[in-house]
Amino acid sequence: MGKIVYPYIPNSVPEIKEQMLKELGIESVEEIYKEIPKRLRFKGKMNLPEPLLSEYELRRHVEELLANDKDCKKFLSFLGGGTWQHYVPEVCDTINTRDEFLTAYVGAAYADHGKYQAIFEFASMLGELLDFDVVSTPTYDWGMAAGFAVRMAARITGRNQVLIPKTVSPDRLLCIKNLCKPYIEVKLIDYDKDTGLMDLEDLKKNISDKTAAVYFENPSYLGFIESQGEEISKIAHDAGALLVVGVDPSSLGVLAPPSHYGADIACGDLQPLGIHMNAGGGLAGFISSRDEEEFVAEYPTQLWGITETTKEGEYGFGDVSFERTSYASRENAKDFLGTQTALWGITAGVYLALMGPKGMQELGEGIMQRVAYAQKKLNEIPGVKTPLFNSAHFKEFIVNFDDTGKTVAEINRKLLDFEIFGGKDLSKEFPELGNSALYCITEIHMKSDIDRLVDALKKILS
Amino acid sequence: MAKVKIRENYHQARWDEPIIYELSTPGERGILVPQPEREIREEAGDILSKLPENMLRKEKPNLPEISQKHVLAHYLHLSQETLGSNLNNDISQGTCTMKYNPRINEKLATLIHEVHPLQDESTIQGLLSIYYRFEHMLKEISGMDKFTFQPGGGSHAVYTAASIIRAYHESRGELEQRNEVITTIFSHPCDAATPSTAGFKIITLYPNEETGVPDVEALKEAVSERTAALFITNPEDTGIYNPIIDEFVKIVQEAGGLCFYDQANANGMLGIARAREAGFDMCHFNVHKTFGTPHGCSGPGTGALGVRSHLAKFLPVPTVEYDGEKYYLDYDRPESIGKVRGFFGVAPVILKAYCWTMMMGADGLREVAEISVLNNNYLQKKIEAIDGVETWYAEGRRRLEQVRYNWRKLYEETGVGTDDIMRRIGDYGIQHYWTSHHPWVVPEPFTLEPCETYSKADLDEYAAVLERIAEEARKDPDFVKASPHKCASHVIAKPEELNDPSKWALTWRAYLKKHKKEEPSLG
Repeated sequence: MGKIVYPYIPNSVPEIKEQMLKELGIESVEEIYKEIPKRLRFKGKMNLPEPLLSEYELRRHVEELLANDKDCKKFLSFLGGGTWQHYVPEVCDTINTRDEFLTAYVGAAYADHGKYQAIFEFASMLGELLDFDVVSTPTYDWGMAAGFAVRMAARITGRNQVLIPKTVSPDRLLCIKNLCKPYIEVKLIDYDKDTGLMDLEDLKKNISDKTAAVYFENPSYLGFIESQGEEISKIAHDAGALLVVGVDPSSLGVLAPPSHYGADIACGDLQPLGIHMNAGGGLAGFISSRDEEEFVAEYPTQLWGITETTKEGEYGFGDVSFERTSYASRENAKDFLGTQTALWGITAGVYLALMGPKGMQELGEGIMQRVAYAQKKLNEIPGVKTPLFNSAHFKEFIVNFDDTGKTVAEINRKLLDFEIFGGKDLSKEFPELGNSALYCITEIHMKSDIDRLVDALKKILS
Repeated sequence: MAKVKIRENYHQARWDEPIIYELSTPGERGILVPQPEREIREEAGDILSKLPENMLRKEKPNLPEISQKHVLAHYLHLSQETLGSNLNNDISQGTCTMKYNPRINEKLATLIHEVHPLQDESTIQGLLSIYYRFEHMLKEISGMDKFTFQPGGGSHAVYTAASIIRAYHESRGELEQRNEVITTIFSHPCDAATPSTAGFKIITLYPNEETGVPDVEALKEAVSERTAALFITNPEDTGIYNPIIDEFVKIVQEAGGLCFYDQANANGMLGIARAREAGFDMCHFNVHKTFGTPHGCSGPGTGALGVRSHLAKFLPVPTVEYDGEKYYLDYDRPESIGKVRGFFGVAPVILKAYCWTMMMGADGLREVAEISVLNNNYLQKKIEAIDGVETWYAEGRRRLEQVRYNWRKLYEETGVGTDDIMRRIGDYGIQHYWTSHHPWVVPEPFTLEPCETYSKADLDEYAAVLERIAEEARKDPDFVKASPHKCASHVIAKPEELNDPSKWALTWRAYLKKHKKEEPSLG
């Protein structure tokens, strides 16, 4: 085989390359690379696998690598715990796979007008869901969004402590803790063992004039709904602290948004809104608040606003308060920004536009109905107890197997034989909850799916 | 030979597209939601009445109500008003490494759409093997010993590096003393912003006006027992390679600091020079730049962060490991900084980058590097031939994969500046170019990066268009200043409103409150 002409490299055609070198008056590209001293050059050829030059070979290779993997379409899944299986409307994929959106980047708002409008509309619709006037451009994920929101609260209040209930997602807590270093102390607050709700006495005991924010999640990581929002908000505000609430937006067709019970900043993840789980790659965070100057001034992300152009009646878009950002002000900026998750933001916008108010309401209500049904059926299995917490739940809930004589790990391993992914094992993260798993039910679960789980568990546990 | 053509008659789609709320008609539906079966509904009863009263949403959210065709059409219109790099001659976005994003990789990434990251490891061995294989490739390409793919973008990886540096000095009891990070003004803003977020003070080195890179003396002056690390790009934004980078690294390391190499854009360096030979402790690659995955209007991407073995224990959890029989996720890393993102990163981006790299191989990656620097030098010759363009610094030295040019002369002659030309280029079907990160050290800057996926005809077209606009600036400066004329939208009338809290509007509801007297009817 002669010299390879790579399909992605037009100027790998030898004659063209020659012509360009000639134009530059040089013999080879090495004359350009003379800029790099010999001692810094990599010697020899990189030890990499033989290339798969044709698209066909590549496709075969990747399909074969993944051939034995399973997913939540092949298997019936009850996994949640940070990313959730929802139905993704076809239109969402149609839009986010278009090369126009897929391959754009930082172009200005004239040739990329549509990108700006789509992100602005996403923020507008999410703002309605949250009942807040400011929504960030999408950020990395919920954990990072929560960490950024806490840092915003610390700057706004001039304080350096955040109080978080122990029921927070352990993974998100790791993110928040790292982002809070080295200035902000993270202190954990107890929860009521019967309901899962925040222990308000412990909160009162710990809150002080050092506290910048109280942060909790609703629905919580463990699935229950924290119903003491107003009380928590009052305790926080009375102490001069802000209330930051992490929220699953798929719940907001039926649940009150955090702004209605006193949250100053909301954050969360967009993945439930029309984005595939993508093995965890579907995460996309958001931050939202009231439209007050002292809040807007502390956002780390880009904020895109609507305005008018010189053409009568035409909308234009641009960066609001750009000087805040690290693109403008480097180390003097509010934290940092960079390439985050814009495409998922556009997708979430498409999803909300398709669903409309009624769709979001039906989504939430239908999920809660399925959860109630699943809890009832699971509870009928001897030794199985659910929900563990005496509280209302949204799409996740704890199933306890203490009285079955089997560990969650054993049960989940056996469920694989039934082509079922059982709920996430909580026994390491929350040893005090015993032998428990976090089960997730969404609108994709039909009655037959829930019944299939119950039947399999009965067989495994009998 | 492909024809070189200035697209005189180009016009972008301009749909005069309403805001989505203006398309709403009460009662319309875009999609129906699967309803629970009768038995479920009966069993659950009036589920909402069981919610604590204060947690029930009182009014439906004010979302638009639109039929599916109209939602689709709206977003198709918006997409046509967006100039993705696969559509155009996107040499424009210098520092961003805009190259072709192969369609096949998009197709293959759909294979993991419905994978949950907490699935039993036995059911995702193929996916984990892709992580492991791609990590091996990056280890070879960089000379680093271990990678994490958890960060979701370049700045995110640099932030992760800053977190690791903090943990390293903390583990040695030196964090309080070592609170300064040194960077350069032509390194990406995140090289200053992310260590600052992590708690470090920043010292910024400026270039020597002749060589274009900081003097070694300036570095020596900045380095002390307070130095935690050096964060640096090479070549910097100017395209100039610092030939004594190893000396820089040595000076910092001898003072007890670590050295992080920002290789967000490594396009000209693949198989040519590596972080290891220059002595760096860590480096990162933006796989959505160098490794051919799409930018998605700004993410999701991945910042692949590599470290030498002495820093591996600080990497975020989990890492992907192989025990000789199976792949697994290792969470048992007590000195880890914790996490910077949920689960194990943006898996489809890793899958696509693996595909891209597998298609290239060692020779192909080398070809990518060589053609990208050849393209750049060829384009530079053409661009510098345009009257009004200058390239500052390092006269006679060759640039590698990109060049920071400037229009200072043209601006002084005509009053037409780089922002004007940036807008005007969109009228020829070419994405607005990237001027420069802030602050503009070079006046009236623009930065071009002709990656390997552009043809000679593309390069010729690009130069011809800029030459044309320079002529226009001389003939009719006001016309260029009023541009764009043929893009999806026009220049903003009152840019100052975007910085005015009483005028800015980040959502439609805020816009209605601040700018419209009455709520428009939804009917």
